Amino acid sequence: MRRISLTSTVFCVLGVMAILLFTVDLCTGSVSVSLENTWYALTGAGDCPQTTRNVIINIRLVKALTAIIAGGALAVSGLQMQTLFRNPLAGPYVLGISSGASLGVAVFILGAPMLGLSSAGIELGTAGMAWLGSALVLVLIGSIAHRIRDIMVILILGMMFSSAIGALVQILQFLSNEESLKAYVVWTMGSLGEVTWNQMWVMGAATCAGMILAIAAVKPLNMLLLGEEYARTMGLSVRRSRAMLFMSTTLLAGTVTAFCGPIGFIGLAIPHVARMLFNNSDHRILVPGSFLVGATVMLGCDIIAKQFTFPINAVTALLGIPVVIWVVLKNR
Amino acid sequence: MEIPVHLTDFTIGYDRKPLLSEINTSFKSGTLTALLGRNGTGKSTLLRALAGLNSHYSGTISLFGTDMRRMSAQNLARTLSFVSTTRQRIAAMRCRDIVALGRAPYTNWSGNLTAADRRIVEDALQATGMSAFADRDINSLSDGECQRIMIARALAQETPIMLLDEPTGFLDLPNRYELGRLLARLAHDRGKCVVFSTHELEIAMKTADNLAVIEPPHLHNNSTSDIISSGLVSRLLAL
Repeated sequence: MRRISLTSTVFCVLGVMAILLFTVDLCTGSVSVSLENTWYALTGAGDCPQTTRNVIINIRLVKALTAIIAGGALAVSGLQMQTLFRNPLAGPYVLGISSGASLGVAVFILGAPMLGLSSAGIELGTAGMAWLGSALVLVLIGSIAHRIRDIMVILILGMMFSSAIGALVQILQFLSNEESLKAYVVWTMGSLGEVTWNQMWVMGAATCAGMILAIAAVKPLNMLLLGEEYARTMGLSVRRSRAMLFMSTTLLAGTVTAFCGPIGFIGLAIPHVARMLFNNSDHRILVPGSFLVGATVMLGCDIIAKQFTFPINAVTALLGIPVVIWVVLKNR
Repeated sequence: MEIPVHLTDFTIGYDRKPLLSEINTSFKSGTLTALLGRNGTGKSTLLRALAGLNSHYSGTISLFGTDMRRMSAQNLARTLSFVSTTRQRIAAMRCRDIVALGRAPYTNWSGNLTAADRRIVEDALQATGMSAFADRDINSLSDGECQRIMIARALAQETPIMLLDEPTGFLDLPNRYELGRLLARLAHDRGKCVVFSTHELEIAMKTADNLAVIEPPHLHNNSTSDIISSGLVSRLLAL
């Protein structure tokens, strides 16, 4: 009974914090807008200048929603990978999803001018290619994983794979001109502000699908806490569960990376924070819990990044690294 | 009554070098069997094959008359449970939640426990003497206590067959005896077919009803007194 009340209290506090930060995120920026005017802009009631309405709805609202989706999705995919690989330092990118995405983007940004293609439609092209890249990595890892029993081998393959792709990207960088090189480097810094309303629907739908898979996998995830052998003797089809989790993680982390660039440390650090806050390892609580913590933290990161005009990746790294150090020291 | 575990022409090994060859034997209900043998003779390999974790064998393993290869994963999980040697270290996990995972073959998609499931979990904790530890974090337990929790989890799975790989591995001497007696109790009181592998000849002889001794590539499976009087144990385990 005490645990149920702890869980609901934590959920409530996090919910309130998320709403609070969401509101602050809408009100702050290069021009700060009063709470009243923000409300008018959102609801269309009262009189509010058209420019303010544009700023709130087309820039800040979309960015705040992106922050929620990105933070939540990365946290849940990190949680899945930590449980599947039974490794506290696993994250959404262990399978090489971000490398796949970066290769797609590198080929697009760096390769297109080399081939003399125009840079028109770069906005959607970048996301599309990033997605394609991460999906490609999933297919490759998935087809190998199907034949490999030992999950650690898959972890090592994922890491080696990432390094190989990194080398290819370096070659592309070396051969490309200054302008596209900068565009690529800016992409690697991550950004929540590149998403338009049109893209938001795609991003929302894909992460929704990933979340449905994640929720459907709560029981397999709980069984996998004891390791794949125990899970099998308790009747789990490990292959099917792995496929489900790989798919879910690609939909979640792959989509976020496609639209926002590789955002570090959220997926690695947030599941630990959620475990600590809820003092629980049950994925029926941790999946929604990690999503909520991730969304809240990401909103906070966005507010900080806006205040100092920092790249979002710098903020998530500076906040996430102390958490990771804490985890490493605690597990020693 | 059908035999819980029956091996027919069972052969297993690595790279054409069989560890066990043409084994025909069975393990009965209400009996605690200790699996003995020197290192590398295939105790774990045999146990893992019985648990459905290693299918690289020839011959058949039938459970209550059905070929194991033809059983669904869920059906298998309701027939036998397995406890491995590895020490579980899971962040923020309570003992009761680990034991509750044993109900997995019976629960719905989200793993929700019914009132009946909860009763079975409490009963499993009680039977292993771990009720007082139910709300403790698994990482705060000693090796012996942790091993008991994993046995409680297997018990909650409510299977007629229980297999344990080196359950006494990390324990001190009094704990080893206690664990052996616990397994014997589970076999006798609940009519389960319990098989455990061990290095501990003393514990095996004092607690097990039957000894299954591996003399590569043979398996001698008989009552403890018969095995001892045959002189097999002293010959093989160099006493």
